[in-house]
Amino acid sequence: MEDFFLRAIIGGLGFALAAGPVGCFVVWRRMAYLGEAIAHAILLGIALGFLLEIEPMITVFVICFFFAYMLARIEQDQRISINVLLGSISHFALALGLLALAFMEHIRVDLISFLFGDILAIDSFELATIYTVAVIVCILVKWQWRNLLSITVNQDLAAVEGVPVEKTRLLLIMVLAMVIAIGMTIVGILLVIAMVIIPAAAARCLTRTPGQMVVVTTMIGCLAVVSGLYGSLIWDTPAGPSIIAVAGVIFFLANLIPFREK
Amino acid sequence: MSIIDNDNIQPSGDVDQRELLVEAKSVSYWIGNRQILDSVDISVRRGEIVTLIGTNGAGKSTLIRILLQLIKPDQGKVIQCPGLRVGYSPQHVHRDPILPLTVRHFLALGDSISLERIRELLDEVGVGNILDYPITGISGGELHRVMLARALLRKPDLLVLDEPMAGVDAASQSELYSLIGDIRDRYGCGVLLVSHDLYMVMADTNTVVCLNHHVCCTGHPRTVVTHPGFISVFGQDLSNTLAIYSHSHDHDHSTRCSEPESSDRPS
Repeated sequence: MEDFFLRAIIGGLGFALAAGPVGCFVVWRRMAYLGEAIAHAILLGIALGFLLEIEPMITVFVICFFFAYMLARIEQDQRISINVLLGSISHFALALGLLALAFMEHIRVDLISFLFGDILAIDSFELATIYTVAVIVCILVKWQWRNLLSITVNQDLAAVEGVPVEKTRLLLIMVLAMVIAIGMTIVGILLVIAMVIIPAAAARCLTRTPGQMVVVTTMIGCLAVVSGLYGSLIWDTPAGPSIIAVAGVIFFLANLIPFREK
Repeated sequence: MSIIDNDNIQPSGDVDQRELLVEAKSVSYWIGNRQILDSVDISVRRGEIVTLIGTNGAGKSTLIRILLQLIKPDQGKVIQCPGLRVGYSPQHVHRDPILPLTVRHFLALGDSISLERIRELLDEVGVGNILDYPITGISGGELHRVMLARALLRKPDLLVLDEPMAGVDAASQSELYSLIGDIRDRYGCGVLLVSHDLYMVMADTNTVVCLNHHVCCTGHPRTVVTHPGFISVFGQDLSNTLAIYSHSHDHDHSTRCSEPESSDRPS
């Protein structure tokens, strides 16, 4: 097996490991728009990295955290529909990112690799970052599992039972920001949220408890990464879209399986 | 069905001496320019059942949320006794099919407890058979009981039930009310009940607080129904109906206090 291909598989699996637990919460708490808004801000992070001449991964993390925090604040303010607000901010951020990159005429950037990922060109630094995030995500979700699930089911009830609702919610959004930041290198800005929600949506049809759903989501994510990458190697297709396409097929197949809850 | 008349076991004069669990002092609350609550006073003592009644939009749920310290009042203050454990059943529980959650897992969210304890609790509220059912697959009445079990999980000092009877048919309602009475006796907790169903509240309640942004009247169910404040909100007809009802109820119990009394309960 070629070295670049092995690195791609290892990186993709690391991302699937981080996206599984978070993806379930994104689906349960309907945070897909929020995730997309964070993802669309990534181009700004990349532009900032070029501007300051530091590793773009670092500025991407900073921008993701900043945006996640701002959105978490805004989300509390219920004066206008959150979906309208997120949809606006999301594409505003994307446009600003594209503008920022266009202004830097001295730098030639491969926009496609940012938008749709460049998993086959993944380097050791990115691999290390992906696995660091994966470990942090798994530890945080495991540690805060009951609180996270409790605020997902009913926020008031959780608050009365002594769960620090705001802190827990902020933690989840920050964890999502990290996952999206690493996902950028795997499937790109435009597809990262798909890789977060599609495996979770597929897993719902196959599971009966929240814990099961997290495990099956992660497994589906890994399956999509491995088969998508092999498919892209065999048919010479772009890697990121191939992974998402496989995840999509799994989602439709999972919905076909007759599954009855008692 | 045997319902013990709590009025006779615990005369309201006795309840006044008990430990104060939660108290709101002249609480006011605005949403924008609209005043939702206007200097409201309310308190719940240990062993007492307080029923908050009022029409839709009278500010009942807002007051509950203030008492639970989920929101801060714009004026006035809320005092909870130190270390108060609250069991709460919210009015609306959104059940989303995207989240696979069985009754067992739902209850385990409230506290780290054993499967044994979950079984006991479900038996206690009369739905021992639905342990492994998905929470989206149980009926409204079963959900209210599961919510009650969740509230009891932490052995509460104060039980706060926001419209526990919504969507429950009349026959099950009286069962649920007697269950709440039993729980009060067993746990020795205070109960704060929100209801817009005025017929059913009468028997077990020590204090009725009638809310229409401000407290129209408060007191024992028998005295409240004839209060001008009550009549101005709920009308003379209802007052008459309830006065007759509570009179016959009173009369009934002065002669035989622990007899089955399902006959004098409208159902």
